[in-house]
Amino acid sequence: MEHQNIIISASPHLHDASSTQKVMRDVIIALTPALLVGVYLFGVGTLIITATAIISCVLFEYLIQKYWLRKPLTINDYSAVVTGLLLAFNLPSNLPIWMVVVGSLVAIGVAKMSFGGLGFNIFNPALIGRVFLLISFPVQMTSWPLPIVNRMQYADAITGATSLGMVKEASLMGEPLSQISSQLTTQMDLFMGITGGSIGEMSALALLIGGLYLLIRKVITWHIPVVFLLTMFAMSGIFWWVDPQQYLNPVFHLLAGGAILGAFYMATDMVTSPMTPKGMMVFAFGIGVITVLIRLFGAYPEGVSFAILIMNAFVPLIKTYTKPKRFGEPIRAKIL
Amino acid sequence: MSKRASTLVNMLLTLVVITLISGFLLGYVNQITLAPKAKVAAERKIQALQAVLPPFDNDLMRDVVKFKSPDSADSIEIYKATQKGVIQGYAMMGTSEKGFSGTVKTMIGFKPDGSINNIVVLEQKETPGLGTKMKEAKFIKQFLGKNPATFNLKVKKDGGQVDALTGATISTRAFSETVQSSFELLKNQTEGFKNK
Amino acid sequence: MSKSFAVLTNGIIKENPTFVMLLGMCPTLGVTSSSQNGLGMGLATLFVLAMSNVVISLLKSQIPDAVRIPAFIVVIATFVTVVDMLMEAFIPGLYAQLGIFIPLIVVNCIILGRAEAFASKNGVWPSFLDGIGMGVGFTTALTILGSVREILGNGSIFNYHFLPDTANTFIIFILPPGAFIALAYLTVLFNKYVK
Repeated sequence: MEHQNIIISASPHLHDASSTQKVMRDVIIALTPALLVGVYLFGVGTLIITATAIISCVLFEYLIQKYWLRKPLTINDYSAVVTGLLLAFNLPSNLPIWMVVVGSLVAIGVAKMSFGGLGFNIFNPALIGRVFLLISFPVQMTSWPLPIVNRMQYADAITGATSLGMVKEASLMGEPLSQISSQLTTQMDLFMGITGGSIGEMSALALLIGGLYLLIRKVITWHIPVVFLLTMFAMSGIFWWVDPQQYLNPVFHLLAGGAILGAFYMATDMVTSPMTPKGMMVFAFGIGVITVLIRLFGAYPEGVSFAILIMNAFVPLIKTYTKPKRFGEPIRAKIL
Repeated sequence: MSKRASTLVNMLLTLVVITLISGFLLGYVNQITLAPKAKVAAERKIQALQAVLPPFDNDLMRDVVKFKSPDSADSIEIYKATQKGVIQGYAMMGTSEKGFSGTVKTMIGFKPDGSINNIVVLEQKETPGLGTKMKEAKFIKQFLGKNPATFNLKVKKDGGQVDALTGATISTRAFSETVQSSFELLKNQTEGFKNK
Repeated sequence: MSKSFAVLTNGIIKENPTFVMLLGMCPTLGVTSSSQNGLGMGLATLFVLAMSNVVISLLKSQIPDAVRIPAFIVVIATFVTVVDMLMEAFIPGLYAQLGIFIPLIVVNCIILGRAEAFASKNGVWPSFLDGIGMGVGFTTALTILGSVREILGNGSIFNYHFLPDTANTFIIFILPPGAFIALAYLTVLFNKYVK
């Protein structure tokens, strides 16, 4: 991909020195604070899972490209490293190692290489890997080790439910939220990341720092994260305003689960999101709505991954309807 | 081979003849499969009953008490199993609407003293790999021989004695509820397990 | 003889209804959660396909062109209903699994497609062979797909468990998304190596 000059926008064009490699390196730098928080909270578990995911993603990419597709190798563009890192961020820190390897194989083999490699995949590879594991091994994928106490443990970590999980259970049982409010993590802890959950979705603060870096480096634009989070905030806010006994407040919704990780790092994936600002906003709005619907009314407590994948499927359609005008193209008279 | 022309009369006649023949054929097949179909349905019920009850020799379809319950739309049927006239146990269907994705139906066999003999899951739509494990002997084992009068049929998390399925507390609650409600109904019906 | 043989094998390999023509995807994806279900659905379709091909080829000169589709559908629907009733009465175990999909055989494109493309233009014997060939191709495809899904998703094949109860299997394969994934890869392999 690196040396191909695929021009995607309407003329005139400006050239800059960015390349897949540079973009991916920036993403890795941006994910570092969240990774450090993950190591602080889950210790060895984080290290084992992250290393396994990255190594197996790169290895599978190498093997498939070399021996099956017989195409030029692209492992030097770091995209497999990013996929592995993001996959690890979406896993609980005590997942059996072979499941991590399977998740990597699905992410790289099924979601990326089957479609023709980087640039051709319709769905976000890391999320496909994660959802495959979630549906296949629901028990292992939803028992979250408690933070800090399990730092030196890998296999026998003490586990607990996430706040969103507890809320989902209460709402299915028809209990008011006040009954479980004492067990929920406080919003401050959610912001700092002192709670149970996947390795990289813990600390909203660390993720925001990385997100800011990506914005400054112009790797991503504000449209997707801001519209996604605003939509979530507004929609969950309406439900909370109608019935605070049954629905969580919108700030909690933003901080809990994978909303921020998804907004800055998963939904913004260049290959699987629209390219125009207008398209990005439609895309992000859809993710926000679907996430809230799944969280409030679906079978799963968390819906960010599913929402992003569902909207990934709509990207070609969104692109068709948000094509920018070509420079010099006459304004067509509206037929009404 | 010359095709029949598409005139109105031809078209009407062809379709009428074809549908008539089909109709007669279907009527005939329906006739010959009616009896086996009914037998299959009855057998399935008896199989479930045999699985949950101690050995018996009476005709369960005759020794059945049917009554209406205010909580349920269907009438409730309690099957009484006897051997040589001595009562061996009761069986009935338990339903709960509180499953993770809808109704959970079980067939529960009780011994004459009210303790649980065996349970079979008849119908469930729970999450595969989580709630569906309620069908496994490993899970059901913990209920066998327990008497709901002394064994608290709530999951441990709610202060009871039932080990919930991992990741499927809600399914476990629904399962326990089918047992608990059946037990209550049976207790009322037999006036506290006084053998009649 | 060699022509008959060509007609028979056409549906199994060259124009395999599932892996090459991608017809009848609804039952293909819907029922193949186990090898037994795939086989059962395949055989039911095979029966309907062979019978309707024979009847339609017999009637082809009697049916006016303008009403041929409704006439074909009535013939197909009749056989499907017969299969439905017979299965419910005599193989209740399989019927409990496939029940809701059996009536859908009526709208399976393979059957109407073969009636329109082959049986209405050919004699009784070739039509019968075509029905059998297509049916065998469909049955084989569904059984393979069902087996792959059952092996990966349940650790068993034809209900024979080769893994302990506690083993973690890829449950996704016995759920709808697994059907799509397995079908996609099998189609690739079939077109690359078999065809």
